[in-house]
Amino acid sequence: MLYREAGQFKSTYAADSAILPIRQDRIGLALILLVAFVVIPLTATPYLFSAILIPCLILALAALGLNLLTGYAGQLSLGTAAFMAVGAFMSYNFILRIPGIPLLLAFAGGGVMAAAVGIVFGLPSLRIRGFYLAVATLAAQFFILWCLTKVGWFTNYNPSGVITAQPMVILGYAFDTPPEKYLLVLSIVTLMALAAKNMVRGNIGRQWMAIRDMDVAAEVIGIRPMRAKLLAFAVSSFYCGVAGALFAYAYLGTVEPEAYNLDLSFRILFMIIIGGVGTVLGAFLGSAFIVVLPIALSTGVAFLDSTLHLNVPSSVGSNLELMVFGGLIIFFLIVEPHGLARIWQITKEKLRLWPFPY
Amino acid sequence: MTAVRAIGDPVLRLDGVSLAFGGVKALNDISLDVREHEIRAIIGPNGAGKSSLLNVINGVYHPQQGTITFRGKPRHNMDTHETAALGIARTFQNIALFRGMSVLDNIMTGRNLKMKASVLEQAIWFGRARREELANRAKVEEVIDFLEIQHIRKTPVGRLPYGLQKRVELARALAAEPSLLLLDEPMAGMNVEEKQDMCRFVLDVNEQFGTTVVLIEHDMGVVMDISDRVVVLDYGRKIGDGTPDEVRSSKAVIDAYLGVPH
Repeated sequence: MLYREAGQFKSTYAADSAILPIRQDRIGLALILLVAFVVIPLTATPYLFSAILIPCLILALAALGLNLLTGYAGQLSLGTAAFMAVGAFMSYNFILRIPGIPLLLAFAGGGVMAAAVGIVFGLPSLRIRGFYLAVATLAAQFFILWCLTKVGWFTNYNPSGVITAQPMVILGYAFDTPPEKYLLVLSIVTLMALAAKNMVRGNIGRQWMAIRDMDVAAEVIGIRPMRAKLLAFAVSSFYCGVAGALFAYAYLGTVEPEAYNLDLSFRILFMIIIGGVGTVLGAFLGSAFIVVLPIALSTGVAFLDSTLHLNVPSSVGSNLELMVFGGLIIFFLIVEPHGLARIWQITKEKLRLWPFPY
Repeated sequence: MTAVRAIGDPVLRLDGVSLAFGGVKALNDISLDVREHEIRAIIGPNGAGKSSLLNVINGVYHPQQGTITFRGKPRHNMDTHETAALGIARTFQNIALFRGMSVLDNIMTGRNLKMKASVLEQAIWFGRARREELANRAKVEEVIDFLEIQHIRKTPVGRLPYGLQKRVELARALAAEPSLLLLDEPMAGMNVEEKQDMCRFVLDVNEQFGTTVVLIEHDMGVVMDISDRVVVLDYGRKIGDGTPDEVRSSKAVIDAYLGVPH
């Protein structure tokens, strides 16, 4: 009833190739942005900001970066967290060594450095693909973290290896309370998600998908596989790099190699698999799922424990969470292998006809 | 539309081209030319080297011997994306569409060489990137109209029936505005009606855009009807070359197709 696009005719190609060609989608997104930018900062608790909203957005940005590479360009990568680490440590060094550098420029610089590293570790993709490429990118994960731990320059010769991140100051205004950090992260993530959406609906996005779907045919119509693949690695690593910098500055408050271990790479990979490979929306849904579900489960277990007086030992409780979490992931993959974004798409198809059966 | 069809000078010339995979000689000393605006058919039994010949022309394989001259310039071990930039487009024997993309996106991809905007411009969707996208969309719509596939514009190609997929692949090749179009069995596996449609499209492309066409086809009726000249391959060798009538009456060709009495 509500979601019906009948009568919305497009008279220009610009309108037809818009990001959201259907009016209801535009209204929906406007409402979401209104809630995210106005309602949440006014109402949410500091816990909600620091434990859920900020990490959710930052990891969504990293997942978006990985989705550009894996979902759109078809190059499997397990080095996501390492590229994030490059972004974080290079941003730290830019702020440390270039006095007065604007914060956003330092973040962007971290992203560019991550992009450069991404290109280097993307070079094997010119010869190998699939699982073998994933193993090659695993080398990035271990090598980069080793480098950041062993080469003192990156950590400014800090003996503990855990550095306190500098305060985030833009034009003299310090972003130090949770709502302020949240708004900064939200603004960056929104803009970069918009840019990603523009890329994937444009020429470069089509080149990536062409390489993913049929590389011989792509080359025959003039796409240079080397350029397209390395560009995918560069753009993807840039996104991961900026996400890594935000992860250190807006979420952890510290810059440390251990935060960017293989576990984080896998979590981000799970996000795009659960959220939906090859969609921008999927990165956000997957991130929300992976970040929120463990918290919801532990709250649930604690709630059951206190109301039913089960006296569940804490070790059993935490293992129970892991088991339910794993079970849910498998359940989702069996029921909908194309992820949450696909479920949303099917829901929209159904909504177009609702309340009629067909 | 005025007919621009007047067969001109050779645009593509192969001299003594040989291609071997280990001990297998896929192409053995092939020489032929393709003239401007003509429809040139390549025929031959299975395994004769027809597809290998197309692959050599557009740079998928590099011949060990021989020279390829395109528009007066000899080329040496050119990659496929370079031949694409020269204006050579092709379709494949087995459909090679981008299955995860819509028909429109597939055809738009065919115009990637016409789009020059940088990644940054595309990311902000402003200025040149936006203008190029819309201008190329208009061109793609012309191709869509020409091949009569308006109704499936937004459909993912994986959901289309075989005959339409073949047509979309032709559309993707045409979107690049090629001067030389290589078609690898464009009518294979089609029913009579689809074949007639495809023949009409090939003839229209040749007549209205003046595109030179090289096609491989097994349906002799089609080949004899639409092609200007035919080259016949067998076991990697050229055994016949000439107009359809000449080829039809050639003893070597008849022997290759029907066998030789012992």
